[in-house]
Amino acid sequence: MRKELKISAIRNGTVIDHITSGMALKVLHILGLDEDPPTSTVSVIMHVPSRVHSFKDIVKIEDRELKKQELNRIALLSPHATINIIRDGEVAEKHHVRPPREVVDLASCENPNCITNSREPVSTRFKVIRKEPMVLKCVYCGREQDVCVERL
Amino acid sequence: MDFRGRDVVSINDFTLEEINYILDVAEGMVPAAKGEEVLDLIPGKILAMMFYEPSTRTMLSFETAMKRIGGKVIGFSDVRATSTAKGETLADTIKMVEAYADVIVLRHDREGAARMAAEFSDIPVLNAGDGAGQHPTQTLLDLYTMRSELGYLRKKSIALVGDLKYGRTVHSLTYALAKFGANLHFIAPEALQLPPEVVSHLEKRNTNFEVHEDLSDVMGEVDVLYVTRIQKERFPDIEEYNKVAGAFRIDTDSLAGAKKSMIIMHPLPRVDEIATDVDGTQHARYFQQAFNGVPVRMALLSLVLGADLGVLK
Repeated sequence: MRKELKISAIRNGTVIDHITSGMALKVLHILGLDEDPPTSTVSVIMHVPSRVHSFKDIVKIEDRELKKQELNRIALLSPHATINIIRDGEVAEKHHVRPPREVVDLASCENPNCITNSREPVSTRFKVIRKEPMVLKCVYCGREQDVCVERL
Repeated sequence: MDFRGRDVVSINDFTLEEINYILDVAEGMVPAAKGEEVLDLIPGKILAMMFYEPSTRTMLSFETAMKRIGGKVIGFSDVRATSTAKGETLADTIKMVEAYADVIVLRHDREGAARMAAEFSDIPVLNAGDGAGQHPTQTLLDLYTMRSELGYLRKKSIALVGDLKYGRTVHSLTYALAKFGANLHFIAPEALQLPPEVVSHLEKRNTNFEVHEDLSDVMGEVDVLYVTRIQKERFPDIEEYNKVAGAFRIDTDSLAGAKKSMIIMHPLPRVDEIATDVDGTQHARYFQQAFNGVPVRMALLSLVLGADLGVLK
């Protein structure tokens, strides 16, 4: 019999479900999991049939509970994602990510001449002017822009 | 209406009522702006002019405006002579200057500089141009000129001509004219048309606007021809520039068919987009427009400094 490797349920950690299909690797990137490998297992499942949206991606991170700031980052890439915090094999908390009204200090502005891209002591700030696909407007220079993973 | 302590960063921060109020106050400033009256509305107040980029009209008219209402002026217009040359941030410079003055006028080469400066400053910051971003006091004097010439702006036909992509005066003015309900025409080569965020703003507001590539399409119907300079450095080769610049040049021949009452405005400096033979026609208003910067800036400075305007006629 052929041996199969199956992605099983995790005992402790975070399951990010309903990620927009194709975005899983970007989610790993903004969580820093692609550059800074975790000490435990991270599973990525892509292009899974979904009842709500025809396909979705899922990320399972063992032994790490995501913080609120990290949830907000995911909302920028995948507005329908759900976050399940798993403790002792049970879903202890379930959150829907909500696109924020304002994005503060999460992304850099695409306008190279924006004051936030100089050496001034100022955080970036964007108003969310459209949620899907997400469009941000820089509070400082006024430039409207898409969310770009390289700038997160 | 209380403007005391308020920043003037973007024209979008002001309602239509507020803009009209500022223009009303500016009207009352005209005799003093011409030197026919002496005003002492803000005795002892000091304006700090921080000009990180060169300017002639904006700098001189702010200075004149402050002096005409009884205030004093300090400042710099050459960054090389300041601590910025040693690496000081704008934020630090602002925190220092606010201790020396009662109001700041800032021109900077980066978009968003005035918004950031206003956050760091406890005294009012007036944006005198931030990179390719906003230039609200220019917009106010443009609106003042149009309103005083046409009476009102609703449904008036206003054409903006030239560099609509990079020209900062055009973006601020477009937002404001949309607020006033004017019908807008944008005339520019395709490469220099309005940026998408300005277009989407107009669409959201249901503004009546049309885009053209040829000036003669609208010459007969417009009430205002607002001309801006097309900058050579925006074009990869000089021949392309010459072709475009020639097509958007206004001279007395190109004005054939224009309404008698049509006025031509320009934020200046002009290079050769308006021929000098237009200066003597009934249409030219650009030098009047440059003068209007003084009463408008007198009004703004008086308002943000909380002057008692009861003495104005």
